[in-house]
Amino acid sequence: MKRISERDVVMIALFAALVAVLGLVPKLTLASGIPITAQTLGIMLCGTVLGAWRGAAAAALFCLLTLIGLPLLAGGRGGLGVLLTPWAGFFVGFPVAAFVAGLVMERMRRLPVAVGAAAGAVIGGIVALYAVALVWYMVAKPADLGEAVTIAALPFIPGDIIKAVLAALVTQALAKARPGALPSRG
Amino acid sequence: MITLTSPVETVFHRVPAGVKLGLLCVATTGLFLLGSLAGQLAALGLVAALYALPGARFARAGLAALRPVALFAALIAVWHLATGTVAEGAVIVLRLVSAVALANLVTMTTRLSDMLAVLHGLTAPLRRLGLRTRPLELAISLVIRFIPVLSAKGAALAESYRARSPRRRPGWRIAAPLAGVALDDAERVAEALRARGGLSEGAKR
Repeated sequence: MKRISERDVVMIALFAALVAVLGLVPKLTLASGIPITAQTLGIMLCGTVLGAWRGAAAAALFCLLTLIGLPLLAGGRGGLGVLLTPWAGFFVGFPVAAFVAGLVMERMRRLPVAVGAAAGAVIGGIVALYAVALVWYMVAKPADLGEAVTIAALPFIPGDIIKAVLAALVTQALAKARPGALPSRG
Repeated sequence: MITLTSPVETVFHRVPAGVKLGLLCVATTGLFLLGSLAGQLAALGLVAALYALPGARFARAGLAALRPVALFAALIAVWHLATGTVAEGAVIVLRLVSAVALANLVTMTTRLSDMLAVLHGLTAPLRRLGLRTRPLELAISLVIRFIPVLSAKGAALAESYRARSPRRRPGWRIAAPLAGVALDDAERVAEALRARGGLSEGAKR
């Protein structure tokens, strides 16, 4: 097994901190009345910037620290109660979302950064995350698919599409500012 | 770093963290198996009593911690009113509130250091298998240290943005420079760690 390097550990930790700090950015409210925060943007960036396994580790670390009692979720939420709402799949799915986003980014190495990052953010941060969230909602509430889609997915889709676009722009800006320093393309 | 632990000392603070987590698992499973409305009402009453025990100040803090759940509960309630399944909805809403309240109770009465000790205990089998958990423990301390650092750097970035731009709130625009700061800091901290022996320290034990 490959030894984990100091650089990997520190990068994972700093991106977990970045996800937490992005949760503090003042939220804007969409026309549908659903608040959106930059937190899932942070999760998408974990994948598109760090790559699959480091991104997943950063997201998992963020989840772990939230669960043991740090108020890191947007709005100062945290603790074990986070796991017990039917919407918890959106939280539990963070590592999966970051992993898939990173995997897509790594596989699309030949495409421009913005294209790869946009595809990664959509496939990881929306498709994969919502798959986890919907299954979680259906099992935890319990509910059928129609109810889960109506209550747990549709209201958040517009905000997450905006965030996927932002994730692509941010990843591209980073690639331009620090050529060769994008670990997901390293 | 601010945590969600309540400053009000309660009897629950003295219960070992592992015991509280075990009881929480059992109670939550029970709540999910309990299908009757009367049973769920009784359970909620019991949870409320647990919150009332340490006094009014603690109970108020507990109620405040439940505020985000109110939105979720309202959404579920509206759905069940609309589909005409009120009884089923009532059970689900009561269960949701009790389950989250119990979990919050554990979070509010367990110090971060105690949670970390439980985590250290849970990862003991991994160490016996020869896996090193020191990187995980190091990463946890790094996150806790770097949240305020990145937060301050983010505030400085927002400040300079406001100085340059007619817009008042930078919002997502600080995400790119902030991620850049995180990448740069990571290189420097990794360098500093390597200079001090890095991750190999655990091998000496």
